[in-house]
Amino acid sequence: MATIKSIRSTIPSRYQKIKDNVSEFFIMLDRVYSFVLRFFKEVFLPPYEFKEVVKQCYEVGVRSFTLISLTGFIVGVIFTKQSRPSLTNFGAESWLPSLVSIAIMKALAPLVTALIAAGKVGSSIGAELGSMRVTEQIDAMEVSGTKPFKFLVCTRVIATTIAIPLLATYTALIALLGGYLNVSQNEGTSFTTFMEQAFEPLTFVDFWASLSKAVVFGFTIGIVGCYQGYNSTKGTEGVGKAANGAVVTAMFLVFIEEVLIVQIAGWFR
Amino acid sequence: MDKQKAQIDINNTVVKIRGLEKSFGDYDVLRGIDLDLYQGENLVVLGRSGTGKSVLIKLISGLLMPDQGSIEVLGNDVTAISEKELQELRIRIGFSFQNSALYDSMTVRKNLEFPLVRNRKGITRAEIDKNVESVLDAVGLSQTINQMPSELSGGQRKRIGIARTLILNPEIMMYDEPTAGLDPITCIEINDLINEVQANYKTSSIIITHDLTCAKQTGDRIAMLLDGQFQRVGTFNEVFDTDDKRVKPFYDYNFTE
Repeated sequence: MATIKSIRSTIPSRYQKIKDNVSEFFIMLDRVYSFVLRFFKEVFLPPYEFKEVVKQCYEVGVRSFTLISLTGFIVGVIFTKQSRPSLTNFGAESWLPSLVSIAIMKALAPLVTALIAAGKVGSSIGAELGSMRVTEQIDAMEVSGTKPFKFLVCTRVIATTIAIPLLATYTALIALLGGYLNVSQNEGTSFTTFMEQAFEPLTFVDFWASLSKAVVFGFTIGIVGCYQGYNSTKGTEGVGKAANGAVVTAMFLVFIEEVLIVQIAGWFR
Repeated sequence: MDKQKAQIDINNTVVKIRGLEKSFGDYDVLRGIDLDLYQGENLVVLGRSGTGKSVLIKLISGLLMPDQGSIEVLGNDVTAISEKELQELRIRIGFSFQNSALYDSMTVRKNLEFPLVRNRKGITRAEIDKNVESVLDAVGLSQTINQMPSELSGGQRKRIGIARTLILNPEIMMYDEPTAGLDPITCIEINDLINEVQANYKTSSIIITHDLTCAKQTGDRIAMLLDGQFQRVGTFNEVFDTDDKRVKPFYDYNFTE
């Protein structure tokens, strides 16, 4: 009897907990929606912080450049190397440049760039704004008659939206270079032949979809990092949570967006 | 340095608070407070930690919104004005934060330029430099102009924080715990600076503190925040001439052997 009683007594509290979690989730969704809406409201209104946007673009690019160069190159080499045996089984080694380019351009370059940027740039934005929030630097901007949202959030989101597509394009080229070096070493294919074969199967829609993906990923990484940092609370613990939340949420959203954009691009083919 | 007699105009109220209430969750921080800040005076708000002293100045500057009551600052009702009007009003209010809140990623020069460049359209490079040098000179830290905030001591950071607010020539200054965490000599220097700002910039100030030396040296009037309300308001001697067990320990801790 006691066991049944105790189970009964836990049911309302469990129900309440689920109810609280669900309502918290919707409250958070509402906050995120308001944050994104505020971005679009403020980004088109003067004053425009061009200098800060350029500075942030530079920061985003420089912060990720070395890692992206290395990762892009390795992805190109490894993907080519791993794909060769399967194609060899069908006597289709000559398709290797096409296969590599399709995989890199359509999926790997934007995705790899976005994941690295989420880790490097997203966490950095989350931690930076989070630390500014808890040390009252954002309040200091507010009381000095400046608009911290415009200066801190709009500029960073614009920067990631511009810089990440550029980085993704760079990753694609570096990965293709990695693929070429591997193909050249094994099959003796010339650079011109490799590039001709690599770009032949790609259409305008492929480039457009890939670029769109990178733009959406860039926006997502920027807005998530800024949201987490700007709304950070609870001191240094909050800063850590903001940085961590920026990475985890951005990566999760990047994968969801990848699926959605692939689906949408499929309708245009 | 002894405090000079301030020129206070009691017919000109720059901050007028009536029936102000603010709660956080179930905790009622401010329970219907009334307060007047007169033109030219230094008003010290004293109280224990967590009694809502900092909340009060954040409400005055519009960083927080009250649950009840009205806050009139320089003739503007902070609770009713638009975002744009609030932004314009804030330029007339200087806010010195407890931890200085200097922008970590900028040098002292950039910290000082930041509010100026954004609020004074068409200002020339020469005017910016002149203003920066002038406020740095006023706080006695001209040599730090190219340093980063991380290279400054606690007292220097406080001074630069005050300089950053002075650069916009505010009519009202709000100091949140200006002497917290500083050594006694630096505390005296900061207190002198607050008095110099009052005398030279003709500001009216609200000074939040629980440091009675600071209160005595800088305050023309003291307001004691107890249980969410101003229980005792007056000169330093008037406020502490009491046996109230909530007030006396402040004095005894600071001034009795």
